[in-house]
Amino acid sequence: MLEVKNLSVSIGDREILKDLNLTVADGEVAAIMGPNGSGKSTLSYVIAGKRDYEVTSGEVLLDGENVLDLSADERAAKGLFLAFQYPVEIPGVTTMTFLKATLNAIRRQRGEPELSIPDFMKRVNAAAAKLDIKSDLLKRAVNVGFSGGEKKRMDIFQMAFLEPRFAILDETDSGLDIDALRIVADGVNALRTKTRSFLVITHYQRLLEYIVPDKVHVMAGGRIVRSGSKELALELEKNGYRDYVEAEVA
Amino acid sequence: MSIQIIPTATAAENALAEAFREAKANLPGTASVAEQRAQAFEAFARAGLPNRRIEAWHYTDLRNLMRRALPLAPLPSQAQIAKLAAEAAELPSPRLVLVDGVFAPDLSGPLPAGVKVTSLAAALAEGEPALIEGLAAAWAEADDAMVSLNAALMQDGLVIDVAPGTVLEAPLHIVYATVASEPAARFSRSLVRVGAGATFRLNEMSLGQGGRTGQTNNVLIFDIGDNANVAHSLSLTGTEPNSLRLETFLVKVGARAKFDSFALITGAGLVRRQIYKLFNGADAKASLRGVSLLRGREHADTTLFVRHSAPGCEGRQNFRYILDDEATGVFQGKIVVDRIAQKTDGRMLAKALVLSDEATMNSRPELEIFADDVACGHGATIGGLSEDQLFYLQSRGLPAHEAEALLLEAFAAELVDEIGDEDLIAAYRADVAAWLAGRADA
Repeated sequence: MLEVKNLSVSIGDREILKDLNLTVADGEVAAIMGPNGSGKSTLSYVIAGKRDYEVTSGEVLLDGENVLDLSADERAAKGLFLAFQYPVEIPGVTTMTFLKATLNAIRRQRGEPELSIPDFMKRVNAAAAKLDIKSDLLKRAVNVGFSGGEKKRMDIFQMAFLEPRFAILDETDSGLDIDALRIVADGVNALRTKTRSFLVITHYQRLLEYIVPDKVHVMAGGRIVRSGSKELALELEKNGYRDYVEAEVA
Repeated sequence: MSIQIIPTATAAENALAEAFREAKANLPGTASVAEQRAQAFEAFARAGLPNRRIEAWHYTDLRNLMRRALPLAPLPSQAQIAKLAAEAAELPSPRLVLVDGVFAPDLSGPLPAGVKVTSLAAALAEGEPALIEGLAAAWAEADDAMVSLNAALMQDGLVIDVAPGTVLEAPLHIVYATVASEPAARFSRSLVRVGAGATFRLNEMSLGQGGRTGQTNNVLIFDIGDNANVAHSLSLTGTEPNSLRLETFLVKVGARAKFDSFALITGAGLVRRQIYKLFNGADAKASLRGVSLLRGREHADTTLFVRHSAPGCEGRQNFRYILDDEATGVFQGKIVVDRIAQKTDGRMLAKALVLSDEATMNSRPELEIFADDVACGHGATIGGLSEDQLFYLQSRGLPAHEAEALLLEAFAAELVDEIGDEDLIAAYRADVAAWLAGRADA
């Protein structure tokens, strides 16, 4: 279970998250929707452990443990995963090398032995099959020269490979054509279990047709301003975010 | 009234003059070679050690940095050479071993068909005019005091002739071994003449303590025939903090020839590589790459002069530096495109990662273009590791120091991986990894 309690976050003098509260239960897929600039990406970065932000108050509890005291890699070892809005290119490091380094680092932090090469390959191939990733892509440098859609797919592939406990998908649908969107959604849906939770951040309702959420939260002005069932997404699609933005300004 | 200003010679300059006076009677060569040596020394003495007022040496002020000149290394004894036999047998072959700069045929071999090797000393003793001219490599661009000093004092080296059309499958290795018990100075000059259409790879490496101590001034001249395909790699690793290593590399690339060169510098007391590359035949392709990994108070300078004197050639220059502690990196690159060299395609890029506030990178790329139909560009970046990349790796579970090490390794390995020979890539990658491991231990 992930609990965000009274979280306030600033960059410099600007307060971006304001006393934000959010709970995502085990096995739940929660969607966060909201207009540009509402703080959605900041929330995902702060949970994942990016250091550019100042947390002025509050907690982020993963199974009761405050992860704000941990470094980003320690959070990953606890099972947190962020699929980036803009996955980063790593020239000179093949995806294969990268996967091995990440998995072994996580296993070391957990006190588990490194995976044997055959077991590692099995795990890579299983994840690659789920996301329809061709093996030659794995021999290339991480995300280098990939299209926006390919980068997103590679990030979800990494998620399938690392099998996190709690995954945040930050605007994963942006830049995906309809076929890629379906592949990515299938990949995510295949990972849904009773214990694994997802926080799906999106601007549009479209993604939620493929990854059907258990809950939808509306974020505006650095807060969760409304929560509801999946039908809330349809309502937002129809009426836009105007009501929430105006309410915030007023 | 006129005042003649005679700059006072430094202690090192005086010691070099003394060394030349003492050694000249015993240095190899005919009377005409001896005369050329005397002229070369005179040219050096006139100029003195290069200093910051000499543009090409602006960031490596040798007059200031070279406090003393070590005595010339004595000729290695047969017993000393024999001692290396077991170690040499482990080395890759075919190989050519130089012990304290002196060719050791007993440690070398087996020579593949189409390759002829003589020692420089033997070649100078014969005094064949074409060969002497090739060795002099007296181009205007290479008018450099330290190259002159090398011409005056060169003790030995290799003359390698690769017959036209020869195709070598395995790389030919030049191995530098040192045996002198005291730090000493070594001057070697080698000439590689590659016949038309020949294909081969030359790799330069050090054995054991090779090149670690003392002062080394090596000149390597490549004369590459038309349609030849030559690859070259050089490893300068693990030199001592107070060592001095000057490596001059003169390359003439013939028409439609291909040339590719890579150098790795890890651990450098004071290293200066100067490369003169001349395109003198049309439609050739040549690329120069280098990686310098520096820490402590190491100083590594790579200075390039690339001249396009023929049309349609493609030149690639790509150099990377990682600087830690108080290290200094220097990159200077000048591409000159003569009026005749239309359709030149020249690119030059220098990137430096500076990991410490006390480290310094000096980067100066220049273009001088006299032809009007060319595509030339240069770029230089100096910075730290990307925060976005570090966070991406950390968010996937890599601790900060591992994420940093992975990115540093990748930065260097990107150029290593272009070497084009799996065994050499593995060897150079191992050198990079060893350097990074040393960094993690510090």
